[in-house]
Amino acid sequence: MATQAKFTEHPEVARRFPDLHPAFAPQQATVEANRCLNCFDAPCTAACPTHIDVPKFIKKIASGNLRGSAATILESNVLADSCSRVCPVEVLCEGSCVMHRYNKQPIEIGRLQRYAIETFYDSGAQIPKRNSPARKEKIACIGGGPASLSCAAELVQQGFKVVVYDKRPLPGGLNTYGVAEYKLRTADSLREIAMIEKLGVEFRTEEIADEAALAGLEKEYDVIFLGLGLGKMHKLGVHGDDTGGVIDALEFIADIKTGAKLDVGKNVVVVGAGNTAIDAAVAAVRLGAGNVHIVYRRDEKSISAFDFEFEHAKQEGVKFLWGTLPVAVHSDNGHAKTLECVQVKVDEFGKFSQVPGSNFHMECDMVIPAIGQSPLLEFLGKFHDLKLEKGRIVADRATGATSNPKYFAGGDCINGGREVVDAVADGKRAALGISAKLGVK
Amino acid sequence: MADLKTNFAGIQCPNPFWLASAPPTNCGEQIMRAFDAGWGGAVWKTIGEPITNVSSRYSSIDWAGQRMMGLNNIELISDRPIEVNLREITEVKKRYPAHAVIASLMVESKREVWHEMVKRAEGAGADGLELNFGCPHGMSERGMGSAVGQDPIYAQMITEWVKEVAKTPVIVKLTPNITDIRVVARAAKAAKADAVSAINTINSITGIDLDTFEARPNVGGKSSHGGYCGPAVKPIAMNMIQSVMADPTAALPMSGIGGISNWQDAAEFILLGCGTVQVCTAAMHYGYRIVEDMVDGLSNWMDSKGFKTIEEFRGLTIHKITDWKHLDLNYKIVASINESLCIGCDLCHIACWDGAHQCIHMDRVAGPKDGPVEIHERPAEFEKRSRASIAVTPIPKLDHVTMEAHGPYATPLARIPRVDETECVGCNLCSLVCPVNNCITMVERPTGLPPETWNERTKGTGRPIAGMPTGHH
Repeated sequence: MATQAKFTEHPEVARRFPDLHPAFAPQQATVEANRCLNCFDAPCTAACPTHIDVPKFIKKIASGNLRGSAATILESNVLADSCSRVCPVEVLCEGSCVMHRYNKQPIEIGRLQRYAIETFYDSGAQIPKRNSPARKEKIACIGGGPASLSCAAELVQQGFKVVVYDKRPLPGGLNTYGVAEYKLRTADSLREIAMIEKLGVEFRTEEIADEAALAGLEKEYDVIFLGLGLGKMHKLGVHGDDTGGVIDALEFIADIKTGAKLDVGKNVVVVGAGNTAIDAAVAAVRLGAGNVHIVYRRDEKSISAFDFEFEHAKQEGVKFLWGTLPVAVHSDNGHAKTLECVQVKVDEFGKFSQVPGSNFHMECDMVIPAIGQSPLLEFLGKFHDLKLEKGRIVADRATGATSNPKYFAGGDCINGGREVVDAVADGKRAALGISAKLGVK
Repeated sequence: MADLKTNFAGIQCPNPFWLASAPPTNCGEQIMRAFDAGWGGAVWKTIGEPITNVSSRYSSIDWAGQRMMGLNNIELISDRPIEVNLREITEVKKRYPAHAVIASLMVESKREVWHEMVKRAEGAGADGLELNFGCPHGMSERGMGSAVGQDPIYAQMITEWVKEVAKTPVIVKLTPNITDIRVVARAAKAAKADAVSAINTINSITGIDLDTFEARPNVGGKSSHGGYCGPAVKPIAMNMIQSVMADPTAALPMSGIGGISNWQDAAEFILLGCGTVQVCTAAMHYGYRIVEDMVDGLSNWMDSKGFKTIEEFRGLTIHKITDWKHLDLNYKIVASINESLCIGCDLCHIACWDGAHQCIHMDRVAGPKDGPVEIHERPAEFEKRSRASIAVTPIPKLDHVTMEAHGPYATPLARIPRVDETECVGCNLCSLVCPVNNCITMVERPTGLPPETWNERTKGTGRPIAGMPTGHH
């Protein structure tokens, strides 16, 4: 069954999560494209982990060569559609735009990229296929997220036979299950994956690899690429953290995106202040929770969310409690009722201490921990001769090669958890590393 | 406050801004509204035996998202009866006695027909006459317009016929569709014309529809060459006007025409000797209201320069333009990049390498390399290196945020190009492509040599041809 056919968007989700940054209309795009200075050795291109030739694709929009524009983008980044939606462009291409020093208005590169790619896909076009001779070697990509998708697309373009394995019903990893819906719809993630499928990549979903299966894969495939991502989110580690109504942020977002659970109640508390915490908190607001708090043990200056995400959350009505640490989830009939918190102070050495007598209770229908994903330690332990460090696979940044010549790796499982575009870049570099190892010049 | 009052070959008007003979001056009602908006004069849409026009009539060239950089038309002269136009001239002059109303005329090339037309126009109250020897399309196929203006003998003959009866100043409008515009200007002067106006529109085909392969403007699947005007033609007009004004056998009071869109354009035309300027495309694009800033801007500029009247600066540039052979070969300038203003687009670098003399380099952080022979990485090698680099999304939690060596300027030092003055030929290209005002300036580097022209250098050497300078061809 083709990937896209396995999913139907929930109408309520579509209604509550309209585009955060609506697409450009054609003339808007042309005006913006004309504004680009067409820098030489452009800083935006250098800043992009996949090094999309930004001025080149923008000037093709200006000239009316939209097909060429999309092809330019896809040549560097096969997940260009999702990247155009989810990239933190403020700290990447647009952040490096020379216009910051000119009239303070960087070119809207992300929206232009989205315009070029969407126009291309909407026209019924497909990713241009390279005319490479078929090769006999077979490569398996384990994990169906951005790193594997990128790696698989590049390898299949080079003539290799590639199969992507994923444990979930739909491929795409966080692109499909984990990105706030108003940034990237699951349906759009799947459309993009369908494009890669049409290049000839085979997807096998709901497959879980145990040791025996891995041994089988090692026999069947010449090289195995590991695009495993990270493990489950950390638990709160306080009394009652497994009670009903406590659900981690990624699970919460996945439930929304698939339409599995859209009822959030009135009071929602998100714990943590990273980008995923913001996504979860905003989603809770959009689903009708009138009272959404983010509690964070440090202060405002220390949050790991990007500035624009923090601003967005405030605009949506999310409230923040700083220097606040959850100590217990109190339940009623097995369902969370209040979250007990305590004020904390951090001294000059970074040591936290609770303020005695500062405990208070927050009413909650839902508690959403968003305090990071854990490494896939248990699963990673199944691979032989795979060197790990701090729960990550040790891989060569330029080639994705690991300590085991059979395995290459990329994405969150080697970089500890970065952006989609970083995974795409890792995947492509690994594909080039793999093809070089297999003798492609 | 500067005085913009103008006396052009005896024609008085409150300011030098005239509407050119064109659709904005088609009828009296329009012209009166134009005078209300502030125009000093108007040249009536050319009067003659009424014609039938086609639809469509205009087409244009857009550039980088801006509309109408150049405008093309295949409209003919007035399609209204002569007597209607003349009656309205009388009416306009009655209501606006202080404004200049010029009758543009074009009739059959017969002496008595011209005599009759001149008398009727003057009888209606026109302050002057403009002979339309320039219209490049349609009328020229009937032996009028540029068919007259391209032949100095005809032009002189008809001008003489007009001067036999004219009591008001006679302006001959020159066509640019000729190898040397001075030839017809000299003919006009020989015929005792009082003034000339230039330029009329330039023969053009503006574009082709890439779906239908039909040219624009499209008249039922066919097109015809038209007359090109608007900002795109300004440099061509200025060259032609300067060549006329610098030639004593051709120079007459000049009404400048060609892409004038604002007060700065007008000031430039006046510096080339024009007594009035005529505007069409800008008024067709934005309406009569544009004259307000033309008057205001010119007046403010004149105040800032201490000019009290137009005459005080008219023509100041004519003789600052000369033949190439009179330029000083020992004058040397070089490009200078202001690092504090540089935004790091590096357009100067690629322009210099691909379009000029390979003297702006990206290796400034490696220190000075001036010397007789320099080996630099080529532009493609820089790009290749950037694209081979491993860039990641900066995430504070994962990255020890260490700023790379940034340097003292807003732009990272590695992106600020440097000029190798030993190689710079002072061509200006980098300063032209630089998007930032005053970032790249050209500064003089005295050579210590006395001024020397090509003429002087080759005098008596007997090698003027073998030693012709090389340049941009």
